[in-house]
Parts: sequence; C-alpha cells; structure tokens
Amino acid sequence: MRAQWQGDEIRQPGERVDGEGHVLTPIVEFDSIGLRYGTGAEVLRDLDFRLSKGGFYFLTGPSGAGKTSLLKLLYLAQRPTRGRLALFGEDLSDATRDSLPNFRRRIGVVFQDFRLIRHLSAFDNVALPLRIGGASEQAVEGPVREMLAWVGLADRASARPPTLSGGEQQRVAIARAVINRPELLVADEPTGNVDADMAKRLLHLFTALNRLGTTVVVATHDIGLISATPGAQIIRLENGAMIDPTGLLKNPPPQRGDA
Amino acid sequence: MFDWLFATPSERRLLGTRPLSGPTPWVIAIMTFSIMIVAAAGLALADTASRVAAGAQARYSAQIPDGNRHLPATLQAIRSAPGVTSVEAVPEADMRKVLERWLGPAGASADLPVPALVSFDVRPGTDIAAIEHRVAAAAPGAKVIAHRDSLGPLLHSLRALQWLAGALVLLLGGACAAAVVLAARGALDTHRFTIEVMHGIGATDHQVTNLFQRKIAIDALIGSLLGGIAAALVLLGLAAGASFAGELMGGATLGPVDLVALGLIPLALTGLATWVARSAVLATLRTAI
Repeated sequence: MRAQWQGDEIRQPGERVDGEGHVLTPIVEFDSIGLRYGTGAEVLRDLDFRLSKGGFYFLTGPSGAGKTSLLKLLYLAQRPTRGRLALFGEDLSDATRDSLPNFRRRIGVVFQDFRLIRHLSAFDNVALPLRIGGASEQAVEGPVREMLAWVGLADRASARPPTLSGGEQQRVAIARAVINRPELLVADEPTGNVDADMAKRLLHLFTALNRLGTTVVVATHDIGLISATPGAQIIRLENGAMIDPTGLLKNPPPQRGDA
Repeated sequence: MFDWLFATPSERRLLGTRPLSGPTPWVIAIMTFSIMIVAAAGLALADTASRVAAGAQARYSAQIPDGNRHLPATLQAIRSAPGVTSVEAVPEADMRKVLERWLGPAGASADLPVPALVSFDVRPGTDIAAIEHRVAAAAPGAKVIAHRDSLGPLLHSLRALQWLAGALVLLLGGACAAAVVLAARGALDTHRFTIEVMHGIGATDHQVTNLFQRKIAIDALIGSLLGGIAAALVLLGLAAGASFAGELMGGATLGPVDLVALGLIPLALTGLATWVARSAVLATLRTAI
C-alpha cells in the first residue's frame, strides 16, 4: 500500500521522505479497514486513507453512512474488525488495552451528545483531561479559566451541565476537547447546537489549533462551515465506504507541519 | 502502592457520591459484627476446652463399690503413692445430692447403698498402674477412672464447635467478599457513563479502579468499625455475665492474644474488601467496559 506514495522513499511503516529529505509521517493510516458491530453487517468497509499531520478534514455523508463509526475508530472507542489502523505513526493492530490511554490523551474529542459528566461543574469537566494527564491543581486553574473565557463561559464555571443550555454544553465539550492541545482533534457535529456567531468562533478555535499543528477532523452537514474553511479536505462516506474519486485521501500531498 | 488512598478533592468529586450512601457499609458492619461474635465464641470454646483438658489430664477418681468401709485404707494407699499431689474423698452427702437429681427423694434414703469416691491429682509421668494396684489391695473391687476418658466426648464436642466457629468465620468472610464484588459491580454500572468518558479522555484502568477502590475502602472501614464496636459492646455484656448467654459462657475467658485477634478483624475485613473491590473492578473493566 505504501508503495503508492509516488516519488517518496519508504523508510519504515508509515514514514516517508520527500525530495528534500524531510520525514513525512501521516498521523492517521487506514489500510483495508472494516468494522462491524457484533455479528451484524459491516458498517464500514475497505477504508484506505491517510490523514497528514496538520491537515484539516471535514467528514461528510448522509445519515447512516458511518461517520460516527469512523470517528469512533479515530478516537479509539472501537477497534476495527479487520485491516490495519495506525495513529501517530504507530500500528495499533496488536496494541494492548493498557497502551491505548497514552494514544487517547493525544486526541481531543467533541461528542455529538457532548458526554459531559452531569455531577461535575463546567470547570471540572474541562479540567478532566489535564487531571487525568497528571497535572497539578495549580497547573489546571489558569488554562481552564482561560479556555472557559474563550468559549464565553467564564461566569458559568461552577454550573453543572443540566443547568446549561445545549449550546453552552457544547462549548464546554469543545473546551474539554482542546484544553490539552491535542495532536488530533475529532469533532462530531460540533456546531450543531450553537448560533452562527458561536459557530464562527468555534471554527476560529479549530483553525487556530490547526495552525499550531493539530490535525482536525470534523464530521458535519454544515456546508457553511466547510465553505468557511479554505484548504480543508473533504472525506465523503456513503454506505460505509469512502468516496475518493481523486485519490488524494489515499495518497495525500504533504501538509503543513509534515516536515 | 498506596497512592489510591490519597485523593484530591477533584478526584473525590468524580464519583459524586458520599460515604455511607449505599448498602455496602451496612452489609460490612453486619458481617463484621457476626464474624466477631462467632470468632469470640470459637476462641472462648478453645479456651474452655484447653482448661478442661488441662484439668482432666492430671485428675483421677477411685470408685469403691461398698461405700465407706474401705475408704480410710484407700485414702491412705493413694496418699502414700509416689506422684500424687492431692487426695480428696467426695462427701457421702454430695454423692446423695447427685443421686437425688436422678432418683428423686429415694436417692437420699439410707437404705440405698452409695459407692465411695476419692478424687486425686497426680504429677505428669506418675505410674497410674502402681496406684491401681495399691487401690485394689486396699479395697477389692475398686477401680481407678481417668477423668480425661470420661470427659473425652465433651472435649471432642468442644473441639468440633471450635472448628465449626472457624468455618463460619471463613464462610462469613467469603460472604463479605461476595457482597463487596456485587457492590463494586453495582457501582460500576451506576458510574458507567463517567467511566466511559474517563476512558475516552485517556484514563487508565488503574486510574478508574483507584476511584472505586478508595470509595469501597472507606465504606468498608466505616462499616467494619461500626460492626466491631457493636460486637465489642455485646461481648463486654456477655463477659459481665449480664445475660443468659453470659451464664452459658461462664468460666470461658478471652486472653490478650484473643482480644488482639478480635480487634484485628475489622481491619482485616477492610483490607479484604479493598483487595476484592480492586480485583473485581479491574476484572470488570477489562471485560465489560
């Protein structure tokens, strides 16, 4: 499969070198990936693509196409039932359960249903990734306050999710996903519950993170969001299979931050 | 190794439940109470059996069928035998009192022949056969009876009860462990969403397990202390002879070692509950969540 990286020298699995000798490592590699739940039919099949480090991708497709399942594979909530999945240059086909948390800490996730812990305050929900990563309380306070202020919830830090509106909950979920400056940010319909102005601000946040090197994958139906992000690539799923007529997803060009 | 013991306030907030909020502490309190009472009974029985066995080991009786006629000669023969430390003739009045319990007023009748009985103690290693010869010479037809032979069945029963108490302690300990496993699984079900979110963010199984282990350890410590205090109060009441049970246990005592062993039961149960909770949570996380 990697022999199709035309013009590049293959050095080791997942790693290639451009004409100037820079090492180019895709952050996500899917090789012939399939996924089924239990004994049901495959919901994803024969997925072959690579996401370059620093890329910005929109995942689109009709409802039931498998977008959420694909995102679950990306944030390691599911393992593929066949094929090879590599993240951050490491093959996860035989990864042990104990090794997965270290990968998950490098990924930020915005869930469609927010997945906020109801009995924790907005502050504690946003601080969770830092605390799980072992940060001290002193190291948590400043960044969390700053992030809450950024998403416009500075005065709601002690509010619990049930007392927040849908949009506020979504902003807390986004703050939690990006507080760790993840290498890969995966978002499932992140602007579904916010107004146009907040959607614009969130997109700014995503593009700012992207400029700092974070690879961003956003599942969305929002054409406005896609058109407002020049340079982003579109991954389209239909019936569990990827539509990639140009072959760019299978053989992507080098992206900013690859070198 | 014990980092799970020390939780930050934010870690304590993660499970969002207060100590004593579920049935676990109360189940463990009842188990601790039961185990301590049964263990105390077992230890008291062991003490009683030891004392009865020690007393019976050196004690003998000489039974003289024709009453008091040969009693003085028999007393003299036993008293002069080497190894004998004390000799005592059981008064005829006492013998008749015993008979009265079985025969009623007829037992006190002078027409009823009553055998004479001499109790004596010997030093360890004393030649009992020589004493039997002396007794037979002084009172033809008399026989010497070892108390340990007559008390054998009682001692066997006491030992059996002691083992039964030990088995009950183990069974109750097992039931306590099973209750903790159920409590741990129930807690995992209750907090499934929180665990999924934590895992999704990168928490390890050990980080999740520490939360539950700490909660169950605190519940178990509170429960076992409550149960232990209740059991101690009951045992103090029994020791003071303030109840019928106290009468039943009259004479049985608990030594310092026994008291230390009883005092360690709540701590041992807390340790058991904590270890079982950790194992159960880790096993469940690896298979189900």
